Amino acid sequence: MSDILEIFMSASFWAAAIRIATPLIFGVVGALICERSGVLNLGIEGIFTAGAMAGWMAVWLGAGLWGGVLVAALAGGFFGLIHAVLTVPLGLSQHVSGIGVTLFATSLSYFIYRTALPDVSSPPRIEAFQPLDIPVLSDLPFLGPALFQQTPLTFLALFLVAATAYVLYRTPLGLAIQAVGDNPAAVESQGLSVYGLRMGTVVAGSAIMALGGAFLTMSAFDAFFFGMVNGRGWICIALTVFASWRPGKALLGALLFGAFDAFQVRLQTEVGSFIPGQVFLMMPYLLSIAALIVVARRADYPRALLVPYFRGQR
Amino acid sequence: MALPAKDAPVLLRLDGITKRFGALTANDAVCLDLKQGEILALLGENGAGKTTLMNILFGHYVADEGSVLVSRGDGDLSPLEPGSPHAALEAGVGMVHQHFTLAENLSVLDNILLGTEKLSTLKSRRAPARRKLEDLMTRSGLAVSLDMRVSQLSVGEKQRVEILKALYRNAKVLVLDEPTAVLTPQESDTLFAILKKLADAGLGIIFISHKLAEVMAASHRIAVLRGGAKVADLPTSECDQRQLAELMVGHEVSETVRGTGAPGDTLFILTGVSAGESRESIRDVNLDLRSGEILGIAGVSGNGQTMLARVISGLETPFAGSMRLGERTLTQANARTMIDAGLARIPEDRHRDGIVGAMTVSENLAIEAIRKPDCQRFGLLRFAAMREKARAMIDAYDIRCQGEDSPARLLSGGNIQKIVLARTLETEPKVVLAAQPSRGLDVGATSEVYRRLLAARARGAGVLLISEDLDELMRLSDRIAVIHRGHLSDAEPTETLDRGTLGLRMAGHTMEAAE
Repeated sequence: MSDILEIFMSASFWAAAIRIATPLIFGVVGALICERSGVLNLGIEGIFTAGAMAGWMAVWLGAGLWGGVLVAALAGGFFGLIHAVLTVPLGLSQHVSGIGVTLFATSLSYFIYRTALPDVSSPPRIEAFQPLDIPVLSDLPFLGPALFQQTPLTFLALFLVAATAYVLYRTPLGLAIQAVGDNPAAVESQGLSVYGLRMGTVVAGSAIMALGGAFLTMSAFDAFFFGMVNGRGWICIALTVFASWRPGKALLGALLFGAFDAFQVRLQTEVGSFIPGQVFLMMPYLLSIAALIVVARRADYPRALLVPYFRGQR
Repeated sequence: MALPAKDAPVLLRLDGITKRFGALTANDAVCLDLKQGEILALLGENGAGKTTLMNILFGHYVADEGSVLVSRGDGDLSPLEPGSPHAALEAGVGMVHQHFTLAENLSVLDNILLGTEKLSTLKSRRAPARRKLEDLMTRSGLAVSLDMRVSQLSVGEKQRVEILKALYRNAKVLVLDEPTAVLTPQESDTLFAILKKLADAGLGIIFISHKLAEVMAASHRIAVLRGGAKVADLPTSECDQRQLAELMVGHEVSETVRGTGAPGDTLFILTGVSAGESRESIRDVNLDLRSGEILGIAGVSGNGQTMLARVISGLETPFAGSMRLGERTLTQANARTMIDAGLARIPEDRHRDGIVGAMTVSENLAIEAIRKPDCQRFGLLRFAAMREKARAMIDAYDIRCQGEDSPARLLSGGNIQKIVLARTLETEPKVVLAAQPSRGLDVGATSEVYRRLLAARARGAGVLLISEDLDELMRLSDRIAVIHRGHLSDAEPTETLDRGTLGLRMAGHTMEAAE
C-alpha cells in the first residue's frame, strides 16, 4: 500500500502524467473545436499519424523544430479541409467521411515514409525538443520537476487550452461557433456564414490535432514508426464527450487519462510479477469507460452535432 | 386602429417577385408596398406562398424574377442584394421566423449580440449592448431576462428575443411569420399591442397569418395571397371576414354546422391517469367520453396533449390510473389491444405516425387490419383482396393518388390524412381519437375531416378531438376541457364557454381567477 502511495508522491510520476497527456490535450482541443461547430471529426486518428509523420519528416529533411511543427499543422489542416468539404457544403455522413480521412491520412503517411526511406530497419532519430529550463520555476522542489521540466510543445498545448476557452466564451467568433453547433439557422439569420464557420473550425481543429501527432515524433519518441498513434485519436473523441465540450474539463480529462497511464506503468513494476502486464495496459481504458459512464450521461451535446445544414431547408 | 399618415414614405417594395420550385410556381409576380408606421397582414392558406415570399425578402431564397427595394433613409428606394440575409439585415429588415432561430446554449444577450460584431474582434462588448437593450426593452415593453439561457425560456419569451434581435440591429422593417401559432390568445393580444406600439414609433411591420380574426383586429392593410399570386390588397377597414375567406380560398366557403347531438352512454373513461416524466407528461387526468359526442381538448402546444394521445393510443403505459373502453379495462394496453377494443387513432404527426411512406397506398390502408381474414390467409397476405378494398376506399374517401400501388409518401398532406381517415373510420370504431386532425391542411381537406368526424359522432361514436385551434374546437365540440402543464380541467358544454375564458385557462388560470 505504501508503495502505491509512494508512486503518487514522486515528481517523476506527475511529470510522466503530463507528458502522456500532452498529445491528448492537443487532440481533445482540436476535436472539441470541430464538434462545437457541429462537425464530428473521426479523421483524428489519421490526422495524428499525418502530423507525426510530416513534422518528423520536415525536421529530418533539415527544417528547424518549429518549422516541423508548422508543417505538421499544415498537414493536419489539409486533411481537415478534405473532411470539411465532404461534410459541410456536401453534407455527407460525418462518420463515413471521418473514417475515410483516417484511412487515407494513415496510409498516405506510411506510404510517403516508406517511399522516402525504403531500406531502413530501425527508424532514424532526430534532434527533438528538449525540456525547457524555466528560471526559478523549474528549480522549485517537487513542483519544479513535476510540472515545469516539460518540452515547449507541452506549454503550447496548455496555452491552446486557455486560448480556446477565451475565444469560445469571450469573443464574437466564439459565440458564433457555439451558435452554429446548436442551431445553424440562428447563425444564418444573423447574417453569418454557416459554411464558413464550420469549415474554418474543422480546418483549425484538425491543425491542432496534428500537433498531438507531432508531439509524439518530435518530443516523445524522436522517431516515426508504424502504429505509433495507437488509438490516441479515438481516446480524444471519448475525452471530448467526457469534457462536455468544455476546454477546461478537456484538460482535466486528458490529465486524468495521463495519470492513469503513468500509474499503470509504475504499478506493473510493483506487482507485475503475479498479474499479467496486459491487465495494466487495459486499465486506463477501463477507467475512461467508467468515467464516461458517470459523466457523459448528463452530457450537453451540441444540438446540431452530426446534422448537415442546407440553406433554405428547415 | 389609427392609420399611418397618407404621405408616409415607402420603406419596402417588392416588385414583381416570381419564384418557381420545379413545376410549382410559389410566387407569381407579386408586388407589395410597405409604408412607414404601417402594419400589413399577409393572409393566405398553407402553400399560398406567404413564407416563400418573406424568405425571398430576407435573402434565404433568390427570386427567379423581380426585385426587392428598400429605403435607404433618404426616401429613395434601392435594390437589395438577393440571396443575402446579411444584406437584408444591413438594410434594416428583421425577420422573426415561425421556427425560432435561436441558439439554445447561449444566453439571451449573446443570442442578440451574435453576428453584430466583427468576428475578428478580440472581445465581445457585452456591457454597452446590455445598456442599449435595457433601453429598448423599456421603450417597447418587450421584457425578458438578458442573462437567461434561451433553453430556459418559454415560447412567448423566445419570440420576444427574436423581436429584440431585430430592434437591436435598428430594423426599420419587421417581418413575423405566423407569430401567433404558438401563443395563447392573451399572449397574442400582448404581442399585437407591442407591434402597434412599434408601428406608432415608425417601424413598418408585416405579419403572416391564416387566422382571419387576428388579421382583422391587428392590421392596417391586408394583402391576400392565393396560389402564389396576390389576389387582393385592401385597407383593413374595407374588409370583412367572409370576403377575406373567399379571397383566400377562391370560392364560397360553407360553414361546417355541428347541429345538436344526442349523447348516449359513457363509452370511454380515464381515471387518475399519469404518464411521462419531463415536460411532456400528464398528471392525474380524468376524462369521460360519451357515445355520440365530440369532446374537445384545448391547450397550447407542449402541455401534455402528445402524451395524452400516446397513452390513449396504447403507445405509452401510464404509471398510475386506469382506462376503460366499454366493458374492457385497458390500463396496460398496447396499440393492438386498443385497436381491437374499438379505438380509431388519427395521429398528430401523420407523416411520421400515420403512414409508412415507402409502402403503397393499399398497404397503408390495410395496415391495421392485416391480421383479419380479409387481408391474410394462412399467414400470407392477400394482396389482390387488399387492392380491391383499397380501390373502394380511394373512391369513397376521394383519395387523390396515382392508384393504389403508388407509394404513400408521394401524396399531399390532405390525401395522407384521407388515408388515415379511411383506414380508421372504415371499421366503424366506438371511439375516435383525433389529434390535431386539420393541422397543416387546406380548407377543402379540413372540411372533409370535419365532415367525417361529425359523421362518426352521428352514428354514435365518441370523438376525442385534441386541437390547438380554438375556432375548430368551438365549432366541432359538444364539450371542451383544457389541458395545461399535464393537468386536464373538467369538460364543460361549449355553449357555456367563450374564447376569452378558454384562453385564460390555456394560460393556466383557474376557473376562479378567470371570473
